[in-house]
Amino acid sequence: MRELLDRYPASTEYMLDMLHDLQDADERNYLSEEALRAVAEYLDVPLSEVVSTATFYTMYSLKPRGRHIIRFCESPPCQLVGAESLLDLLSKHLGVGVGETTADGLFTLETSSCLGVCGVAPAMMINTEVHGNLTEERIVAALESIKALPAGSGAGGVAHG
Amino acid sequence: MGEEKPTRIVLQNSHQIDPYSLDEAIGVGAYAAIAKIVEEKISPADVIETVKASGLRGRGGAGFPTGLKWSFTATDDQVYVICNADEGEPGTFKDRLILEVDPHRLIEGMMIAGYAVGATVGFVYVRGEYALSIERMSTAVQAARKAGLLGKSILGSGFSFDIEIKKGAGAYVCGEETSLIESIEGKRGYPRLKPPYPGAVGLWDKPTVVNNVETLANVPPILLHGAEWFRSVGTEKCPGTKVYTLLGHVERPGLTEAPMGTKLQDLIETCGGGVKDGKAFKAALIGGAAGAFVCADCLDKPMDFDSLQELSAVLGSGAILVLNEDASIVDLLDGILSFFKHESCGQCVPCRGGTVALKTLSERVRNGTGTLADLDKMIEIAETMQAMSLCPLGQSPILPIQTALRHFRAEFEARLNAAGSAPVA
Repeated sequence: MRELLDRYPASTEYMLDMLHDLQDADERNYLSEEALRAVAEYLDVPLSEVVSTATFYTMYSLKPRGRHIIRFCESPPCQLVGAESLLDLLSKHLGVGVGETTADGLFTLETSSCLGVCGVAPAMMINTEVHGNLTEERIVAALESIKALPAGSGAGGVAHG
Repeated sequence: MGEEKPTRIVLQNSHQIDPYSLDEAIGVGAYAAIAKIVEEKISPADVIETVKASGLRGRGGAGFPTGLKWSFTATDDQVYVICNADEGEPGTFKDRLILEVDPHRLIEGMMIAGYAVGATVGFVYVRGEYALSIERMSTAVQAARKAGLLGKSILGSGFSFDIEIKKGAGAYVCGEETSLIESIEGKRGYPRLKPPYPGAVGLWDKPTVVNNVETLANVPPILLHGAEWFRSVGTEKCPGTKVYTLLGHVERPGLTEAPMGTKLQDLIETCGGGVKDGKAFKAALIGGAAGAFVCADCLDKPMDFDSLQELSAVLGSGAILVLNEDASIVDLLDGILSFFKHESCGQCVPCRGGTVALKTLSERVRNGTGTLADLDKMIEIAETMQAMSLCPLGQSPILPIQTALRHFRAEFEARLNAAGSAPVA
């Protein structure tokens, strides 16, 4: 953990970067109390300040998540072309609701404001990869392709290529 | 001048060059404008004059004159340039495309802005979800630095400038310039009270210019070809082109660069391929969630900042969501209000409470359990938010609500009546 932090000067300017890195390095894709404390100590600021920043942004999670993060877009351009019913289908396929993680620890389902890929609406991201022009078949295929990945690959791993 | 009238400006190199190659970018003219400035020793004041004369207006949504913004920037021992790439307005992805296809154009635009206002450091704040944009922009900055196009005394001119890329972490409000500044400082992205404006007190309390990606992408060609060339397209008050995103019920959803002031009908027909499946046009939501609904009588209206303002609408970021005869305005407005509820940062009371109340009322109307009085209540709450909120987020919901009810009130009433609810409270 300290190794990741040492790459940055000890300035709050880099807090968001540190939080991104620590979260990506965690196999459960979240910011543990230990991680938050490490940032506070490294920057010499109160823990409350780190928690305050971390809880403001939707990309950070303070509770453990699955290895793969699904961000399903629910903004108007996606909504207009059927995102709401597709989200219900996706939720049914995964067997979890929004904000929840599948029992096998593979997926966490989240919704997102506009992902900026409206040309292929309705759309979702799995980790850093965009899946567009969604239909039930495409959603199932995307989930299957992730399930087929070797164990150990996940959001953090993909982000770091 | 003999220069040809441009059809595309900011997307001129889109898919013509390898975005990872500095050589290819230079091959199509990248860094020619900054080279001209330093070689011909054009003064910062003259650079600002040229941008002023071009009539370039901010493409992030507000349409503020860019040259004027630069001229308002205070001088100090440290001045900053920020490129706002926190593109989050629903239905907008023009900035993502510019970042991904022509990152060197953006770097050069920032350099020129830095030269003009006396800044030596620039930040590109990219939303965290834009992984590819961040990667391509980072690669381009490294290549430019290695080639001596960023860093100390660029091209031996004595002008120094460098760029740092900052990754956001998911917050729509950070598209607002003072929230973005707070976020770069590593804090919660709470908007600041204005004034003071960033031009006087910005990043780390230093004078700061914040410009949108598309705005900065227009700067190099303006300096290279001149203000008159830029004014040869677009309208008198909104010169140049606009990158519009045309979405929803059109045959070919996507993005297009067209002259400012192109008529809505032309955008739908020529760029979008017409309304999908031959259905009738019902309405368009222009400017994203913080935008306005317009109906068929707007089809022959020019899409630029001023023309839309005359219609009590906004161009905003240039997102145009086309709705066919089957689309439900009631459902869509509810989606928009979910968005605002989710994205309200919670700092100021009118927005924090107002966005929750609006969503509650709208959901009631959508599922038919509300009353006609709820519709008026929504207007009343949104008007209060417009008057009292700290930043544009809380000031915005009035626009979609008011325009939805102005043009489609009957649809809302029908939803309520169909569910058999009382006609009055």
